[in-house]
Amino acid sequence: MNSTKTDYILHLADDALILGQRNSEWCGHGPILEQDIAITNISLDLIGQARSLYQYAAQLKADGSTEDSLAYLRTEREFKNCLLVEQPNGDPITIGWAQTILRQFLFSAYQYYLYQYLQSNSDATIAAIAEKSIKEVSYHLRWSSEWVIRLGDGTEESHNRIIKALEELWRYTGELFIPAPYEQELGIDVTSLKNDWYDKVRTVFEQATMSVPENVYMQTGGKTGTHTEHLGYILADLQYMQRAFPGCEW
Amino acid sequence: MKNEKSLQIDERILWDLLKEVKDPEIPVLSIIDLGIVRDIKMSDDEPEIIITPTYTGCPAMDMIAATIKMEMATLGFKNVKVTHVISPAWTTDWMSEEGKRKLKEYGIAPPNPKQQVCNDKLFAADEAVQCPHCESWHTHCISEFGSTACKALYQCDDCREPFDYFKCH
Repeated sequence: MNSTKTDYILHLADDALILGQRNSEWCGHGPILEQDIAITNISLDLIGQARSLYQYAAQLKADGSTEDSLAYLRTEREFKNCLLVEQPNGDPITIGWAQTILRQFLFSAYQYYLYQYLQSNSDATIAAIAEKSIKEVSYHLRWSSEWVIRLGDGTEESHNRIIKALEELWRYTGELFIPAPYEQELGIDVTSLKNDWYDKVRTVFEQATMSVPENVYMQTGGKTGTHTEHLGYILADLQYMQRAFPGCEW
Repeated sequence: MKNEKSLQIDERILWDLLKEVKDPEIPVLSIIDLGIVRDIKMSDDEPEIIITPTYTGCPAMDMIAATIKMEMATLGFKNVKVTHVISPAWTTDWMSEEGKRKLKEYGIAPPNPKQQVCNDKLFAADEAVQCPHCESWHTHCISEFGSTACKALYQCDDCREPFDYFKCH
């Protein structure tokens, strides 16, 4: 039971860490200064959530693990984040910002309903982290929704870009609502979040003059450790210092 | 063995001492002004200070914890524990009136008393925020995300100065 719970907490933590790491790649490269600051602030929130979750997982594991060893010393197969968050920021020539925005929106909408749900979890620490984080996630959801509308209902060019991003990313959304074994065992009913999420996405897409794709094959595996090729590169970057200089601090 | 009365006096001294611990990113505010100190507990004659982060990723928390320990050391406490608690979640309602006044003097607009923007309504009208420099209410939001996680960036339409707004949370 305890290791099931640890797996679940690591899944939540990995989602937050990997998206935080992805967004942080924008630092110093944002389209304008204010949005550079916005996306990196979102990174900071996500990494903060990841830290709370890793600390709790380390405490439950009680085997000498720390928040740092969980983030820096696990291999790709041990990461349980969903495939959506590891997808690239978007080819700068063809899609660019639109893919980052859409990924954030699809994920924030999911996280918003998930954390709402987890606020009443029987585990007081998980409930507390959810309660704290949902305030931040509300900002992320609002900001990314507005950007989806701005791009989708903007120029022909911006519209085309976000449609391309949608074709790239939609296939990774199915996994969010298919329970992994640890979710099943803990009774975390992710399937129940799907309707709210779908309604939210459809409402924003309507305003953005986009339609929700239908009959798309859904790629799965991330939540149980089978990732797309992108995660290895992210971890190489993220974990380089601890791998090259074990235990280094500054 | 201390009796209950001396314990109370001790605690008051500790609370006063915590006023010396400043937020490293907004050095005019103490952690008492910010409302992030939740409780002080005494066990085995050593204090445990319970604090709560403003935002989960706030990078100032580690430094705040270190400063608390340094201040406590001036009273001879060597094994001070600083515990983080996140529930109930911190809100700007816990910021003291004194803190709000200090923020404004420092050039940062203090949080509005009633939470207005922390919802998921899209393209909501900008929250009315008073310019801390010329006190005009003709201001607009430039970005919801500012120089730190807890602030948004505004500009005054009258004196044209940009300023930080400590957003309600």
